[in-house]
Amino acid sequence: MADTATSTAPAQEKEPFFGKKERRLLTDPLNDNNPITVQILGVCSALAVTTMVYPSVVMAIAVTFVTAFSNLTTSAVRNFIPKEVRMIVQLVIIAVLVTVVELTLKAFNYQIWKQLSVFIGLIITNCIVMGRLEAFAMANKPWRSFLDGIGNGLGYSGILIILGVIREIFGRGTLFAGSPLEIDIIGAGEKFMINTTAPGSWFSWYSNNGLMVLPASALLIIGVIIWIQRSSNKKLVDIS
Amino acid sequence: MESNSYVLKFTLVMTVIAALILSGMFYATKPTADKNEAVFTKRAILSAVESQLGKDLASLSDDEVLQVFDQQMEQVTLNMKGEAVEGIQAEKVDMAKEKKKPEAERVLPLFIYKGQDGKKYYILSVRGSGLWDEIWGNIALAEDLNTVVGASFDHKGETPGLGGEIKDNPGWKAQFKDKHLFDASGKFTSINVRKGGAVDKEREVDSISGATITSVGVSEMLLRGIGYYLPYFEKLRAQGGATGMQTESE
Repeated sequence: MADTATSTAPAQEKEPFFGKKERRLLTDPLNDNNPITVQILGVCSALAVTTMVYPSVVMAIAVTFVTAFSNLTTSAVRNFIPKEVRMIVQLVIIAVLVTVVELTLKAFNYQIWKQLSVFIGLIITNCIVMGRLEAFAMANKPWRSFLDGIGNGLGYSGILIILGVIREIFGRGTLFAGSPLEIDIIGAGEKFMINTTAPGSWFSWYSNNGLMVLPASALLIIGVIIWIQRSSNKKLVDIS
Repeated sequence: MESNSYVLKFTLVMTVIAALILSGMFYATKPTADKNEAVFTKRAILSAVESQLGKDLASLSDDEVLQVFDQQMEQVTLNMKGEAVEGIQAEKVDMAKEKKKPEAERVLPLFIYKGQDGKKYYILSVRGSGLWDEIWGNIALAEDLNTVVGASFDHKGETPGLGGEIKDNPGWKAQFKDKHLFDASGKFTSINVRKGGAVDKEREVDSISGATITSVGVSEMLLRGIGYYLPYFEKLRAQGGATGMQTESE
């Protein structure tokens, strides 16, 4: 680096495009700092949309898109945002992105838009998004903020998809129902791989767990995930 | 601390940019979104006469759905006296809004499907209340205006797996086929959703276990909602437009 840029050069030299720090931005929220199980943010939508995998995946993509790009935008204009109205500005950025997601879904996947209904709009109030803007994007450069947004979106997505898989298998006996990849695993009927009503079936005792389609089950599963995570991840042991 | 004028300018510029992006997006996606919505409601209406379509509704493409609707569906909008109202297309009738009006001012959508066999099927729209929120449905009647050929239901917020079964469980909906709306003396009885299982196999269907209130809601919705169409049925029978329920035993 040239001598003329001594004041800023040392900091810039230590910032590779995708170094260890950047990788940590992506991987930290997956486990050590997961938005749902560690920060306990965004639980509302995690309970509501995870009865099936397919809507969970769409919701996960939508939230990841919104966290990533709201972080990017906020960070890009962070030095221009007047401090007095910064929350409103963040909210407008989030709302614009969420509306873009909603309009896109309405045009290209109407069924899933109907199914997720109000929860797409409620991404605006998802604490993960606003939390990342306040805690990270307001104080960091755009590229790193973008990565942080992707990371947190993925951390949220991971839990959502785990919940969706468990709840759909035990609550409905299917996987990816409603999408072209639909797999019918167990249930009463010809179309299921294990047909519980077939004569002589070993699974004639089986029936779907009604609790799994209710939001309460998601809370129980999140609790179990937190339990497993805390007992296996040493970094989380003494946090409280 | 920024000056007030800076804050004002910043918010103004931001609002204009946000408004431009959103209105641009809105108008760019509007045609596709409108078409999706039309196909969605038309599929719901057609699913009541699915048994008469000749093929699976799910296998019809969006364009085919619109085509069937254009070519084989006659739309009539009725007022509460059973008279046809000009100027409102039946598919444009918003049942949710109608439900909020005083009963005498409501209009009813009626779809008349002309099957491949040349027979007419009358599709009625009904709307009522479930446990958590509104429920609605479409009932298809045969030409005698008495025999049900199919029904489809949907809901806003019923519990999936319990009340949500009115939409998700094809076996439950299938019960409505071949039920009758009128008893032998010609009195309107509607179709009752009975807890513990249908007793009168002609006019009752089984309720859903664990969803008593939704089931009661469906009964009530059918009794009231189909009842709104009765003045029209009487006019039709008086004109000899429908063959009438007496011929059903032939």
